Amino acid sequence: MDAEVLQSPSVEEIVSQFKAHCPCVEVTKTETRRVYAKVPSENIFKVCQFIHDNLTYEHCSTVIGVDYIDHLTVVYHLTNYYSGVMIELSADVPSEDPHIDSVTPIWQGANWHERETWELFGIVFDNHPRLERLLTPKTYEFFPFRKSYKLRGWE
Amino acid sequence: MDMSLYPHAVAMSADEFMTWSDAMINDLLSSGMKKTIDSLTGPIWAWGMKNSMHPLHWGLACCALEMAAASAPRYDAERYGMIYRSSPRQTDILLVNGWISKKIRPDLRRLYEQIPNPKWVVAMGECAISGGPWYDSYNIVQGLDQIVPVDLYIPGCPARPDAMIDGFMLLQKKIESYFDRGVTMED
Amino acid sequence: MADSIVPVKEIEEKMDTDKMWVIMGPQHPFSHGLWTLKVQLDGEIVVDADPIVGYLHRGWEKETENRTYPKIIPMADRLCYAASMTYTHLYCMTVEKALGIDIPEKAKYIRIVADEVCRIQSHLMWLAAVGTDMGNLTVFLWCMREREFFLDLNVKLCGQRMTTNFPRIGGVRNDTTELFDRDIIRTVDRFEKALWDIIYLIDDSSIFFSRMKGISYLTREQVANMGMTGPAMRGCGVDFDIRRDDPYDNYDKVDFEVPVETEGDSYARYKIRIEEMFQSCDIIRQAVQKINALGKNAPYRLKVPSRVPAGTAFTRLEDPRGESLMYLVSDGTDKPYRLKVRSPIFTNVSTSKAMCVGCRIADVPAILAQIDMCLGETDR
Repeated sequence: MDAEVLQSPSVEEIVSQFKAHCPCVEVTKTETRRVYAKVPSENIFKVCQFIHDNLTYEHCSTVIGVDYIDHLTVVYHLTNYYSGVMIELSADVPSEDPHIDSVTPIWQGANWHERETWELFGIVFDNHPRLERLLTPKTYEFFPFRKSYKLRGWE
Repeated sequence: MDMSLYPHAVAMSADEFMTWSDAMINDLLSSGMKKTIDSLTGPIWAWGMKNSMHPLHWGLACCALEMAAASAPRYDAERYGMIYRSSPRQTDILLVNGWISKKIRPDLRRLYEQIPNPKWVVAMGECAISGGPWYDSYNIVQGLDQIVPVDLYIPGCPARPDAMIDGFMLLQKKIESYFDRGVTMED
Repeated sequence: MADSIVPVKEIEEKMDTDKMWVIMGPQHPFSHGLWTLKVQLDGEIVVDADPIVGYLHRGWEKETENRTYPKIIPMADRLCYAASMTYTHLYCMTVEKALGIDIPEKAKYIRIVADEVCRIQSHLMWLAAVGTDMGNLTVFLWCMREREFFLDLNVKLCGQRMTTNFPRIGGVRNDTTELFDRDIIRTVDRFEKALWDIIYLIDDSSIFFSRMKGISYLTREQVANMGMTGPAMRGCGVDFDIRRDDPYDNYDKVDFEVPVETEGDSYARYKIRIEEMFQSCDIIRQAVQKINALGKNAPYRLKVPSRVPAGTAFTRLEDPRGESLMYLVSDGTDKPYRLKVRSPIFTNVSTSKAMCVGCRIADVPAILAQIDMCLGETDR
């Protein structure tokens, strides 16, 4: 489908573009210059490609992992340099064997963020160029930020 | 004969100098050679080392900015002879000024062993003394004295530059008394 | 390369040489923080670079899950110790967003003043580091002298030089003191004259020029895609500043300009920070006037509940180094469930490969100085 390229979309334009071209995206909340949305984890690459190409979101601010004990969530924050509107996408992955597509081919800036999320939570990003330990020593074998890992003295 | 007056020998008058050096030569001939030489040269080493403490140019964390501020114009550590050297082979003092993570631990130990004797280790800031605010972290060593023997602890979070200079003046006293036993082969 | 009588390139191509990995390791006089940069050299040209970070990782975000909300404020100071006021400001803004409260006007203006003082002293620290890297130690001494006056302002405001622990959830810790506005205007006036002295010292030096101009070009698309933010991004043509385009805490009520350069080399990134210091002086003057206009008895702090309602919130802020963001997941208790910090230097350090490749090894410290690193926030 041929969608037009918007350089500086406002919040309402973004919501209507999602409704028209990405029906799997469910917009939960909007505020001034903020759009919050939920995406199923299988479609994350197509949605991010759409946001990058058609809505001109050139900058991936951050990729965050959260451990809600029955499932894990990956949250993306995307920035548009022309309008200042941020989109927050959140995708749920199952706790056992968490896999999600990497968005590094779209935004190079997400490279280290995904590496860090893997190292701290264990969420595997498929097609990531180099998924290795970054912050913790290479000999560590546990995922420190999972809720099942308790810091010393806080059982 | 008071050997601690040695550096002031230039200011003595001729008579004073004659009486002083006579006593020195007598001492030399009567007691053992090594002991006398030690008691002669010990204070010279001490005076030299305490007025030219050369720490390693290494900043880890927040206290490193206060270390940099201590060599800045307002607090000016350089008037005490403290010049930061980049290579550990040319330093006397290992100054650790931040939290110690498990990743840096082998490199820290290696730096300590690369510094030639005599050397002193200074733990600056709460994190180097005992782990500081990160007491429950999975990646932080709880104190520098778990890895290397520490000679001086400078408390503070971050330790003010004047606290750091005050600590180094205490270290000067420690260096002075270090050479009281004389200089040995391993120094 | 310069022309020479001996045909260097032809001889070099016939020789069988290896590429060498040089480790500019954790203890290095030019590293501005605890990290390693492995560079692969072909003669003198850098062909590959691999940054290694993590020497300061303490699991900050995991530790916050065990502390109540007010206790995290001094922890947030020690994230980026060179610009500590901005991180505590960001943290307090995030919790206030999660609580859904709006803080008093006076507190917002005091936070602006504290932020801009923090920005100036952080940029002065950067300039001192640039001077040391290029070998000019006079610049180091002059910048540290000016920085001491701004740290004096911190002492007059809240008692501590560096990690100040000043913003609170719901406002700021205390009102500005009696003659604070006189002191701050005097400091800012004096600083502008002194900064011109430092600029003349640098701009008249051909060494600085040849070491910064034309080195390490990056295009606008590269910078935007790699996620580099802050003055380094604005030096490559991206016209974006969170204070102007996505304003928070009354930044839309002060007038200032955002310097942008399109050149994309090290010299452009250097010029941006100098201009930002001048703009910060303007912002401070306007904010101090507005604080005086509000009067002595205006409230500066609200009482807030200790439990934060369940939900998520995030805010972002223009750090002296780029875009920093905090994302809070709360579950209704008085401790956070997950608090994530996005630090600008984390992505800027990952771009060091693109910045250094193609340059000579002697240029590497000069290039890295333009990133303005503070490794405490990278490794968290």
